[in-house]
Order: sequence, then structure tokens, then C-alpha cells
Amino acid sequence: MQSKGATIRIARRNRIVRTDQRVFNALGYTLVTLFGLACVLPFLLIAINSFTSESALMHNGYSFILKEFSLQAYSLSFKNPQRILWAYRNTVCVTVLGTAIAVFMASMTGYVLQRRDFPARNAFSLFFFFTTLFNGGLVPWYIMCTRYLSFRNNYHALLLPMMFSVWNVIIAKNFMKSIPYEITESAKVDGANDLTIFFRLILPLSTPLLATLGLFSALAYWNDWYNSMLFITKENKMSLQYFLQQMINSIQALKNLVTMGASASALSGMVSLPQETLKMAMTVITTGPIILLYPLVQRYFVKGLTIGAVKG
Amino acid sequence: MQESIVRLNRPSLWKRFMRSAWSSKFLLLMLLPSVAYVIIFSYLPMAGIVIAFKKFSYPKGIFASPWVGFNNFKFLMMSNKLAFLTRNTLLYNLAFITVEMTVEVCFAILINELISKKFKRIFQSFMFLPYFISWVVVAAIVQAVFGYEYGMINGIIEGLGGSRINIYANSNYWPFLLVLFRVWKMAGYGTVVYLATITGIDPQLYESSAIDGANVWQRVRYITIPSLIPTMIIMFLLALGQVFRGDFGLFYQLIGNNAALLPKTDILDLFIYRALASTSDFGMAAAAGLYQSVLCFITIMIVNGIIKKWQPDYSLF
Repeated sequence: MQSKGATIRIARRNRIVRTDQRVFNALGYTLVTLFGLACVLPFLLIAINSFTSESALMHNGYSFILKEFSLQAYSLSFKNPQRILWAYRNTVCVTVLGTAIAVFMASMTGYVLQRRDFPARNAFSLFFFFTTLFNGGLVPWYIMCTRYLSFRNNYHALLLPMMFSVWNVIIAKNFMKSIPYEITESAKVDGANDLTIFFRLILPLSTPLLATLGLFSALAYWNDWYNSMLFITKENKMSLQYFLQQMINSIQALKNLVTMGASASALSGMVSLPQETLKMAMTVITTGPIILLYPLVQRYFVKGLTIGAVKG
Repeated sequence: MQESIVRLNRPSLWKRFMRSAWSSKFLLLMLLPSVAYVIIFSYLPMAGIVIAFKKFSYPKGIFASPWVGFNNFKFLMMSNKLAFLTRNTLLYNLAFITVEMTVEVCFAILINELISKKFKRIFQSFMFLPYFISWVVVAAIVQAVFGYEYGMINGIIEGLGGSRINIYANSNYWPFLLVLFRVWKMAGYGTVVYLATITGIDPQLYESSAIDGANVWQRVRYITIPSLIPTMIIMFLLALGQVFRGDFGLFYQLIGNNAALLPKTDILDLFIYRALASTSDFGMAAAAGLYQSVLCFITIMIVNGIIKKWQPDYSLF
């Protein structure tokens, strides 16, 4: 890998920079800059406007220029922090626990499915893979979860739906294939059983896989609002993103009421809430950890995408 | 004579099966959690498809609910929305697939040819950032950027002397906007996938093409793009397997129940969710879900079959 990179670099250096290359690179730098900025600037917009005062935002609209610095929205958010703390607690717990189980299950399944001395591996692979081609749809699954597995307002509703994914198994299987079979074979000759082989030999060799699967699962858990929407109505059991969605929607509903001319007296207290900046502050609070961790983890994602080329 | 002796000595099929199962008992044990999971969350719900042929009542459960034959499908047909919803779902997904793939492949090629390593790294991570946030946050961003009263773009338009545009009241903007938002969120991921494929190309190909005097366009046309085709086909097939299943997060968070936008943006998944959540019409929702699953299954089987005939290596299975 190293030498390949080196050859490319040498080849690049030696290549005479020609007009066509210049044109191509000018095009490349322009387009990539534009798209890259379009991907990042909205986040900046959110962050900047969460630190402005509601009156300044009302007056100027959203802009990149911070006209009036204010922590109004944040102080309001943390005045009654109970709901945020609940949501944070739920999401953090579910993310940690769910990711650990998801990584473990996917790597274990992937390992077994690529063991060439396991006669039923193709049958089981089909058993798993078929579910990606055909499924029963939302309704039977929903009924299964609510009627028979009591998902309603229970924490396992946030945990179970994303605990296992066949795509992760496919990635794991492909990665495990690259570990020499001789390791398994020689350990078997030495009398180790399959569990020992997996835990003592294969898992320690699979850290890049575990990192990748872990990051993908953690991201899915952290960003989950769907399962809360389907199964949770109690405020103390919601996930963070669903809490954010509810916040935004209730602010929006309030605004609609005001514009429709609902009785002002009932609403007057709430209308003075800094609505727009509050939305932005909430967005920052719920997304902050991802954005802060992003520079650290994104290179593992990039690496991870290369380890499990997706072929079944 | 000899044959019968051999047959007598040979253990029965059942015994052989059990022996082989016993010898891989630990492997089977390791599969147990995931097999149980898939049975509970995939195969049992698959059997639950019978709901589509029943008048499901929640307290009675699946088994005790009475059969109604194809009534749910009849209702679905009679609502006259099925063709419209199917068309929307399909066209949106096809637009997503083609635009995303074009953008991703173009950016992968452009980034790969860039010289500054630092620039490459920084902008690659910029482009990947939207993939990391939820559609809830995307909806908040869209309000900040495109909102009617305070949105940044409307501020700029007014500053330039134009009149404000309310995207939340005019459905004509949305076919374009939905593709835009989807590409904005997803293109970074695909770009990274294609870039990874490009780094796997044998550098000797590029070296010898340089010696032969190929220019950059020829290099892209004859080396890079052909090397990307297998990955493109796999990504295409994976997306096609879900082509009648809309991106629920995108449509729900950005459109939701906004009646002004639904004429151009309603898809099967929104319809099913509404039937489930607001009208509790389980039977019809299940029928629509089954219809969706069957269409997806047929599509992927046919397309994968064609590709298998044409180029067996490129097929998904």
C-alpha cells in the first residue's frame, strides 16, 4: 500500500503539468470548493444564529453576520433542562449498549458465515440475505413490536430495532475472509473450540472492522428519531433527535396559531419565547457531540468503507 | 450384494446430519442470537403479511382477526392514489439514484486528480459531514436557509429587490428541492466509496498511459471510469432493491403532513405511515406495504438476472 502511494506520488511529480491537466484541476478545485462549502456553511449558519438575540434575528433574518451576541436561547434551554437531560441520557445509554451488542452480533455472525468448514454457511447466508430482498413491510413489523413485544414506551423499543443489520454482517463476512483461514485451522488442530478461536484469535485481529461497525451503529443510534416516533409517547423515554423534532414542531405549531390569530391572551406568554434562536440552540445542543467528534472519527469511516466492499 | 452391505454400514441421513451439526455446535451457538433476531424481526413479520388479507383489529391480534380476502387491496385501488403514489416513489428514487451517482462519480474523479493533499483531505471531510446528521437537523437547516420569514436566501432575495419565495406553500419547487437535499446529505458517502475504489486501481495503468501521452480526459475516460463500473453497478443494484421504498426520513421530516406540498411529494411510505398512525387502517397499510415489497422484489430479481446474464461478476447474487 505504502509503495503504491509512493509510485503515484513519483509519477505525479514527474508528470509535466499540461494544459488539459490545468483545466481539469481548475474545474476540480472550483467545484469541490463550492460543494464543500455548501456542505459546511449551513452548520455555521445554525451555530452563529443560535448565539444571536431573537430580536436581532427577527430583524435581520438568518445571516452569517453576528449582529448581536446573546446567550438568551441557551439560558432558556437550560432553565428547564429536565427534558434535555432525559433525552441525552436515553440516547447515550442506548447508543453505548446498542453499539456494543450490534458490533458483537454482526462480527460473530460474519465470522461463522465465512468459515469454509461450516457446511451450512451458504444456507444461513441465504437465510440472512433474503431479508434484504423481501420483507413484510412496516405494518406487520409494527404489530409484532407493539402487540407481542411490548415496545410501547419501553426502552427496548429504542434498542432492539437497530441491534442487528444484515449489511453489517456482509461487511463483517467480507472482512473476516481476509483473515487467513490457517489461523482458525491451526488453532483447531491445537484443540481450541470455535468460541475460543473467535474471541481469542479472530476478534483481536478485527479491530478495524469493529471500529467501522461501531461507528456506523453509533451514528445510527445517535440519529434515531424514527423508533421514538413509532413507539414512545412518554417524555422521559424519548431519544434526543425525536425530542428535537418535537421541540421544532411545537414551536412551529405555536407560530401557526399566532399567525392564524388565535386568542392572544392565551399565547402572549409563549409568543415572547425566542422561537427561532431556541430552535437553533436546540439543534446545536443535540448535534454538537457529533460535530465535535466528527474530525476524530471521520477518517475511520473513510477507512471502514474500504474494508467491506459490499458484495454478498 | 456388496452395495447393500455398504448401505447397511452407512449411518442414516438423520444421524449424519446430527453428527455434522454436533461437530459445528459452537458455530451454530454463535449464530443463535442473530438467527433468533432475524426470525423475530424479519421472518415472523413476513408471515404477518396475512394482515393484508384480514380486517385487523388490534385487541383481537393477528390470528383472531377475520379474513376479508382482497378487500384491503380493493380499498387501496379504489382510493385512486396507488398509481400516483407508486409513480412518485419510483420517479423520486430514480432521480436520487441517477443524480447521486453522477455527482459522486464526478467528485470522486475530480478529487482524485487534485494535487494538494491537504485540500483533498479537508474537502472530503466537508462533503462527508451532512451524512452524519439526522433528517431532523436537515429540516432545521432547511428552515434557516429557505424559510419564508427569516430564511437566509429570502433575505438575500429581498435585499436584491426581489420578492420572497415561500417554498412551504408551493409544491412545484419540491421535486427539485428534495433531490437537492438528498444529494447534499448523501453524496459525501458515495464519493468516499468511489474514491476508495479509485485508490485501488493499479497505478501502472496511469503510468503507462502517461508514457503513451494520454491527456487527463483520456485517462479518466479509459482508465478511471471503466474501473469504477463494477462499484457503480453494485451501488445501483443495492439502491434498486429499494426503488419502491421511499426515503421516509427525508419526506417525513421535510414534507410531513404539509397538505400544500403533498400533491407533488406524496409517496407510498408517507401514505402507509399515515394509514398506520392517524387512521389506524392496519389492513390497508399492510396491503400497501406488501404491494411495495413485491414490486421491490420483482425489480431486483429481474435487473439482477439481466446483469447476471450480461456480466456474471457484476451481479449482486
